[in-house]
Amino acid sequence: MSELKYTKEHEWLAIDGDVATVGITAYAAEKLGDVVYVDLPAVGSATTYMKICGEIESTKSVGELYAPVDGEVTAINDAVVSSPELVNQDAFGAGWLVKIRFSSLPELLTEAEYKALIGEA
Amino acid sequence: MTRKTALYEEHAKLGAQFTDFGGWEMPVRYSSDLVEHHAVRNEAGLFDISHMAEFFVAGAGAADFLNFALVGRASEIADGRAKYSLICAEDGGIIDDLIVYRLAEQDFLVIANAGNRDNVAKALRERVAGFDAELRDESDNFGLLAIQGPRAVEILQTLTSTDLGSLKYYSIDAGRLVDVDVFFARTGYTGEDGFEVLVRAEHSATVWNALLAAGASKGLVPTGLACRDTLRLEAGMPLYGHELGRDTNPFQAGFGRVVRFDREEDFVGRKALEALAGHAQSQRLVGLVGEGKRAARAEYPIYASDALIGEVTSGALSPTLGYPVAMAYVSTEHAEVGSVVSVDIRGTRTDFTVVNLPFYKRTK
Repeated sequence: MSELKYTKEHEWLAIDGDVATVGITAYAAEKLGDVVYVDLPAVGSATTYMKICGEIESTKSVGELYAPVDGEVTAINDAVVSSPELVNQDAFGAGWLVKIRFSSLPELLTEAEYKALIGEA
Repeated sequence: MTRKTALYEEHAKLGAQFTDFGGWEMPVRYSSDLVEHHAVRNEAGLFDISHMAEFFVAGAGAADFLNFALVGRASEIADGRAKYSLICAEDGGIIDDLIVYRLAEQDFLVIANAGNRDNVAKALRERVAGFDAELRDESDNFGLLAIQGPRAVEILQTLTSTDLGSLKYYSIDAGRLVDVDVFFARTGYTGEDGFEVLVRAEHSATVWNALLAAGASKGLVPTGLACRDTLRLEAGMPLYGHELGRDTNPFQAGFGRVVRFDREEDFVGRKALEALAGHAQSQRLVGLVGEGKRAARAEYPIYASDALIGEVTSGALSPTLGYPVAMAYVSTEHAEVGSVVSVDIRGTRTDFTVVNLPFYKRTK
């Protein structure tokens, strides 16, 4: 697997062939606070680039999950649905949210570009 | 330009995340909202609430002035005791909710919300005219720390010779804490036992750090405004700007008992409030509980079949209870306990049931 890609909406993507594993970044998770509820799209549903496809709720607020690619959901992380705190504990690992099969990739941010976006460059 | 309390540097050192609250840069959390919430419920938490406003009222006419300026009766508060009250406009709208402490026969302390400081100061200044009372806005000179939770008394007691155990709920006493003059008030905004410690701003950091050190082995953690909000919500306590405001009156908010009509003297808003009290309220503040995990949040509309009947004022997934709780204004005909209403949670209608407040009550 190559280096992670990012969106301006604070999602990360791990690309493996034509499937992207998607989560929200540790920065986004920290900004949200404790995640207490995750609403994910159904397996088999279609996603449209930058259309809302899920919700991540913390005690304080609601974050929207924007589809980072056009495609079809091939898997969702059931562990994170039952244990939403995984998003805070391991945003880039066990806290992944969905896997999406895509036909083409939009322009995504590199790690350096994302870090610049959040002021950590 | 946001303002900072005297403890800003201490918060930054502790790794706090900050948020703007009422024009102040305040700690929203230090570690995790849930960890801090549970710490207050199970052990203890320490809040910096120095943004709140402190008004001192002194003089032979101090009680008479406050009787006139507020909807409650300050003259009936015993020395060393406190009372929750409201300051209303002539039209009966709520300018702020506040706590009145009687420090001595002719000395009172009024603590108001940070965001309403200017409005409260203006109203009090106008209303003091003609009374033999001196009004001082000391908000900039004082810090206020709240130590809350079942172990708060035990922790605080290690730093003072004042017998805190004998200080009743809604009482206040002057004392010393690590060689600093303070007031200990047994009040709070979390639904737990605890104290609010009033200290001159230049000594805030000394007291803050002494408390954290004294409580470190007893589960005390610094706690931010995020958990303060979920704690007060569970305890059914109103937040100005949500449950209370200029366009809400004390009766629909469930605070009719705070408005004292059973007295001779006039008070600001009396005429309008008497008229309002004589009418049935079209809307009432209620508690709502739901199932599942999705919270009904502030400003979400509430329906009964297809009719819009109200709006959520505060809501969250209750960390203590594990289900969604909310406070809301709903039409009186749907405000009975047990009534089922439908909250529009971002496009999905979700049933909530009206319950009595508070949602959470500590066991003694």
